[in-house]
Amino acid sequence: MLFFSYFKDLVGQEVTVELKNDLAIRGTLHSVDQYLNIKLENTRVVDQDKYPHMLSVRNCFIRGSVVRYVQLPPDGVDVDLLHDAARREARGG
Amino acid sequence: MSWAGPEDIYLSTSLASYLDRKLLVLLRDGRKLMGTLRSFDQFANAVLEGACERVIVGEQYCDIPLGLYVIRGENVVLIGELDTEREELPPNMIRVSEAEIKRAQKVEREASELRGTMRKRMEFLDFD
Repeated sequence: MLFFSYFKDLVGQEVTVELKNDLAIRGTLHSVDQYLNIKLENTRVVDQDKYPHMLSVRNCFIRGSVVRYVQLPPDGVDVDLLHDAARREARGG
Repeated sequence: MSWAGPEDIYLSTSLASYLDRKLLVLLRDGRKLMGTLRSFDQFANAVLEGACERVIVGEQYCDIPLGLYVIRGENVVLIGELDTEREELPPNMIRVSEAEIKRAQKVEREASELRGTMRKRMEFLDFD
C-alpha cells in the first residue's frame, strides 16, 4: 500500500510513464488506484513521430501491469519520508 | 479502478468517465483498436461497440471494421480518450484500402524478418 499512498500524494504533478513496450507518455497525474493503474491528463508521447496514433489522445488510462517506470519531478520525492514509511510498513505498523 | 459513486468517477481511475466515449485501446501485441466504450470492470476487461482496428504502416493507414468486441483486460496497455476536436493523425498520412494495408504490412513484416536473420548471421562479427 506504500506506493499507492505515495502516488496518491503525487496527484496533480507532471510525470513521465514509461511502459513495457517502450512507449513513454508525459502528463499530469490525475489519479491512481491500488493496482497502480494510472490516469494521465494533458498527455503527450515523448517520441511523437514514432506513435502517430497517439496524436489526438489527451487523457488516458494506463493499466498498472504494463508500467515499467514512472519518472517523477525531481522535487516530488521526500526521501526521508519514504524511508520512514518503508520501515514502518516493514514493522507491520 | 474502484466502483466509485457518480460524484467522484471523474476523480478516480475508474473507466466510468470514458463510458460512451470514442476511445483508442492499445493492446499488448501492438494492435490499436478504436470504438465506443460500453462496459468495463475492475480488470479493465472492456466492451467496445463499433470497434475497428487501425493499421498503420509508414505513412499509410487503414481502419478495418470489426464490430462488437470484448477485450480481455490483461491485453490492455492503454485506453486513451480521443479528442474529437483534434486531427486524429498527422496530415501527411494517407488512408488506403484494407487490401493495400495488408500488403504493406506483409512487406514490412518480411523486411523485419530479413533484418533479424541478417543480424543472426553477422553475430559472430560481434558488432555493437
